[in-house]
Amino acid sequence: MPNTFIKIASVTVGSGGASSIDFTSIPSTYTDLQILISSRSSFSTGNAWAGLKIRFNSSTSGYTDRAVAANGSSAFSFSDTYGGSFGFIGDVTMGSNTANTFGNTSIYCPSYAGSQNKSYSSDSVQENNATLAQSDLVAGLLSNTSAITSINLTLNTGNFVQYSTATLYGIKNS
Amino acid sequence: MPTTYEPIATHTTSGTVSNYTFSSIPSTYTDVIMVIADLGSDTSYKINVNGDTGTNYSSTFVYGDGSSAASGRGSNVSAAPTVGRRPGNSILQFQNYANTTTYKTFISRGNASNHLVISTVSLWRSTAAINSITVTPETGSFGSGVTFTLYGVKSA
Repeated sequence: MPNTFIKIASVTVGSGGASSIDFTSIPSTYTDLQILISSRSSFSTGNAWAGLKIRFNSSTSGYTDRAVAANGSSAFSFSDTYGGSFGFIGDVTMGSNTANTFGNTSIYCPSYAGSQNKSYSSDSVQENNATLAQSDLVAGLLSNTSAITSINLTLNTGNFVQYSTATLYGIKNS
Repeated sequence: MPTTYEPIATHTTSGTVSNYTFSSIPSTYTDVIMVIADLGSDTSYKINVNGDTGTNYSSTFVYGDGSSAASGRGSNVSAAPTVGRRPGNSILQFQNYANTTTYKTFISRGNASNHLVISTVSLWRSTAAINSITVTPETGSFGSGVTFTLYGVKSA
């Protein structure tokens, strides 16, 4: 019986935090990838949220994204958040939000090792016991046909705090 | 160790087809998940279950096109509309699909980064167990290189 959903690697941020979370040497033997993230940014100015970004294979261009978001007050949409240099994943909790609270993110990358441009889907929630908290649904694309062999996750403000986690799973269709 | 998440079937098109059907879906799972990787021209999909083309479907969706967010719905229609999106990927989840007691609901995400992102919840008003799912583009056809995969998820 096939073993379909397999953990490839997992990262837990230690004391002192981390500026990025990286997965490298990703094998090409799966069909799709899924990344599940629990994260919080160290940035603590204002009561907003921190943006979570992705790069595949250290590519610094070719990203497009489109998002629909809601914050408890309004729903809105935006695109190409980082001008093509990163892919937008969603928004997560930051230092000025409710204590002991981490954002929750799920990223799905189908056909990551194929020969077509690489699309991804992301659902992300910030959560914050306050007036505003943001959730995002994101469609992303890297216009690059290379197989994905590495993934770099960073925040647009601050660093990942201790206890942030990210796990990379491989999914096989046969 | 139990095997919880299994591939049921996968297919990659080698030419143009008007739709694609997963048939003979076993009833032995709790939920099924469909993943579509399709970089064809911009459109959404519609879903028919068990070959039913009666007006037994409805959907509610929210989407963003990069400028504005909007919502809409359709009811008493002959296929579940506005499910998924291309070019990009779509993920459809059919929970409790094999029960013979309740109407069937499914949720989907459509991701077309150059056009819009959409989330849809759909209803098929039938208590029959789902044994086939047909995906049809709202406009046009499926070209070559489109991959459809169906996974089964067991709760025990």
